[in-house]
Amino acid sequence: MLMMLIRRIMLGIVTVSLVSLIIFAGVEILPGDACTQYLGEYQADDELLAQCRKDLDLNRPALERFQEWAGGAVTGDLGTAVDGKTKISTIVGDRLKNSLLLAFCAMIVGVPLALLLGVITGLWRDRKPDLIASTLAIFAMTIPEFVSATLLILIFSIWLGWLPGIVLTSASAPASEFFPEILLPVIVLSLVMCAHIMRMVRSSVIEVMESDYVQMATLKGVPYWRMVFSHALPNALLPAINVVALTIAWLLGGVVVIEVVFNYPGLGRLMIDSISDRDLPVVQSIALIVASIYVCVNLAADLLTMLANPKLRTIYTRK
Amino acid sequence: MTTPSFIDVRNLSIGYTSRAGETVKVLRDVSLTINRGESVGLVGESGSGKSTLALAALGYFKRGLRVLDGQIHFDGIDMLDLGRDDIQKIRGGRLALIPQNSGQSLTPTLRIGQQVAEALRLHSELEADEFDHRVVELLTQVRLPDPAALISRYPHELSGGQQQRVAIAMALAGQPDALLLDEPTTGLDVTTQAHILELLRDLASDRNMAMLYVSHDLGAIARVCDRVVVMYAGEIVLQGSARQVLKSPRHPYAHGLLASIPRLSQQSLPVALDGRPPMPGEMINGCAFADRCGIADSTCTASPPPLVPIDTGEHVRCFHPGKISQLPRASKTAARKKPSASGKPDAALVMDDLSITYAKPDFLASLLTSRKDPPATVEGINITIVKGETLGLVGESGSGKSTILKSIAGLISPKTGSIALEGQSPLTAKVEDRPAVNLRQIQLIFQNPDDSLNPRHTVAQILAQPLRLYFRLSGDDLRQRSIELLEKVRLGSHYLERLPSQLSGGEKQRIAVARAFAAEPEIVLCDEVTSALDVSVQAAVLNLLNELKTQQQTTYIFVSHDLAVVKAISDRIAVLYQGRLCEIGPVDAVYKPPFHPYTDVLLGAVLEPDPEKAPKLSADDVVELSPPAQGCPFQRRCPKKIGTICETDTPPAQQMGGGHVINCHIPADDL
Repeated sequence: MLMMLIRRIMLGIVTVSLVSLIIFAGVEILPGDACTQYLGEYQADDELLAQCRKDLDLNRPALERFQEWAGGAVTGDLGTAVDGKTKISTIVGDRLKNSLLLAFCAMIVGVPLALLLGVITGLWRDRKPDLIASTLAIFAMTIPEFVSATLLILIFSIWLGWLPGIVLTSASAPASEFFPEILLPVIVLSLVMCAHIMRMVRSSVIEVMESDYVQMATLKGVPYWRMVFSHALPNALLPAINVVALTIAWLLGGVVVIEVVFNYPGLGRLMIDSISDRDLPVVQSIALIVASIYVCVNLAADLLTMLANPKLRTIYTRK
Repeated sequence: MTTPSFIDVRNLSIGYTSRAGETVKVLRDVSLTINRGESVGLVGESGSGKSTLALAALGYFKRGLRVLDGQIHFDGIDMLDLGRDDIQKIRGGRLALIPQNSGQSLTPTLRIGQQVAEALRLHSELEADEFDHRVVELLTQVRLPDPAALISRYPHELSGGQQQRVAIAMALAGQPDALLLDEPTTGLDVTTQAHILELLRDLASDRNMAMLYVSHDLGAIARVCDRVVVMYAGEIVLQGSARQVLKSPRHPYAHGLLASIPRLSQQSLPVALDGRPPMPGEMINGCAFADRCGIADSTCTASPPPLVPIDTGEHVRCFHPGKISQLPRASKTAARKKPSASGKPDAALVMDDLSITYAKPDFLASLLTSRKDPPATVEGINITIVKGETLGLVGESGSGKSTILKSIAGLISPKTGSIALEGQSPLTAKVEDRPAVNLRQIQLIFQNPDDSLNPRHTVAQILAQPLRLYFRLSGDDLRQRSIELLEKVRLGSHYLERLPSQLSGGEKQRIAVARAFAAEPEIVLCDEVTSALDVSVQAAVLNLLNELKTQQQTTYIFVSHDLAVVKAISDRIAVLYQGRLCEIGPVDAVYKPPFHPYTDVLLGAVLEPDPEKAPKLSADDVVELSPPAQGCPFQRRCPKKIGTICETDTPPAQQMGGGHVINCHIPADDL
């Protein structure tokens, strides 16, 4: 058990380092740098450009700069943005908090709903509840997020006027101030993730309900709902853990479209902005954070699966 | 209507609605009665409807199936007219099921104790605090070792035999009056099977339970049942006392089934029952068995025969029960034994001091812990296989027989030692490094053709692969050769365009055989090739393998846990325990005393389809997970262990003459 944990953590560290290296290389390869961006039309002035590069410390070899930054990141110091003044931890910190808030709200709504719907559609397979929910799920999955977001804005904020259609709160505001602006993005995100998780849970429930042990439980005289809760669901929901984990990681790092549509100040938008600004230190920091989140969430999911699945658990505890 | 028997199935027809909207019958007008304390065996090939009938007795029908006609009573209760609550009271209570595959029938996320206690909670008057005590009692009753510790185990931590015992304990928890057993010992080792059957016999007689024992294994039925019912294509074709049915079957199908079972006492190969049973829904005008029957005539195809009593007491569905004696009892073609060659015969394959281990060196683990390498899974195998010979490898699961095959095929690298083909330098360990010629020379046939044939490839594509790869055939040549191969395995060219899902189990295995022979191999490795098949089909595959061997001078290594099957096909037998060789020699010598104690245990546990023969159980059926570090591999279970020498010293190889070797400390004269 411990051995497996050590191995996984080491693997995670390697993954994160590789990701940051690739991102660093990627931004280096792009034509132009922070100075050409910063100077705009003045970049033709070689002297100015050279001075700027000297000021921003861009003249040293790339590898050296990477080493310095990576060294800082390990100790928790993400450095300063390319302008040399703003602390990256402040900019990124606010955005991370906002992304966490959004992900958390979407999860609270989406995951329980998805599990419930998945179980219902699985148990009532091919009957009305299943047909309705499954059809809706297909819609939720196939309609692009910006379309469903725009539709919801049209309905709830323009026609009905119930909810604000856009987030105007500043990035550094405390979490409580994002309500009710955050509700629409939460709904859109929940819809999409809910559909994915639901479909997976549904097929897993169907498979388990056909299994020999469920038949055996029935033939042992176990009442239906007791059989569902004690024999079928613990087995059917095991594979859901990993799907939920992937969804959480996605929520935290990859919802740029939603952030743009609703003007939500999250990590994804900061990432895009920083890339167009050639703000290498910020881009690296975000990439590092997102990669770490992926690694941690997946590790947590695997551990949870292992704890919940006797077959995996006993491999490590008993011989 | 007369008062119903204890379990009383009357004129039952079960069916489903096909895609075309037609009603397809799975069971046709079946009547069956079982009295208290009586045990009835239900026999038939897969698809004969026997499991459907057993489940119907519980009022349970698989998805899509429904009762078309008939009644089912249990102790006077109409099982088809019960509410959900009432039927739940009976199921697992007075009427309990012991399922086919306990490994899959126990819920993987619940502990053994929880699952047995659940049955107590549902079907006993006990208070919750008495459960633990009673569970231990039940587990003890089914002879499980260390029941107190087992309670907190999960199903996957138990061996197959132990899982089956847990299922029995679970059934006993409800104090049942009747047990339904659905192939309860299929897939278990011979020794385990024999022990479980003895347990069931004892339980049935102690508690005066009625039993319905569903199985395709007539040996098991013979041991447990008083009465036997034979089913074919959803109908009962023969029923009578176990003695009558098994000794002198009065229906040609039952006769064929019995003749297709390989027996230890028989020298020749079993007789194959040709053809296949009709599919449910197929139109049959006369007797369903007519097209496979050796004594059928025009009356048989004109109208269906009724089930009628005959003078000896059985009920038979046949127009000509008197003509059964005309059918062959045993095959005339004895397995072609290798002629005892004068001089030194050519070696086809040499295994030299072969050891194999699954333990992988783990750098991280070796740094952090001081665990030593476990003993190798297979060790010290020195066997030379002669050209044209069939070597049988027998042993229980975990004996390393499949591991050896995998190593020869190059799927696992040996730890030490080597494997060499006839007069060549040793084979490269890994299959991907072997030259094409070696790949062609060694072919493997797997246990389950469902898993080894690509379901999306047609038979033509399956056969074309080796032909293209090894012989660069294409176009007409390829097709011609494929047809030849199909004919060799007794299938016609019309099979070329079929997919595996359109073939029966036996046909699939024939295709797997044809694919192996397409490579014109020198050595064919057969890994339990008949274990997944019905007995009748098994006999056909054995006959086919034997025929091909005669034609092609092929060398076989034949792995099986069934001693009778191995005996029927092999020239020489190697008995393995925990990856170590116990005994090796010509068939006749190995199956005759003196025996290695392990061979003796195995042979004692073999069940013959004869109610008068009892198995001899001399060792318990504990499953050992790893071989002992030193001494004799069988030391922990050996009924004849003589002392500490067995634990410390590797047993000497005693030469018995004629290539017969027994590895045991006990002098051969005392074995």
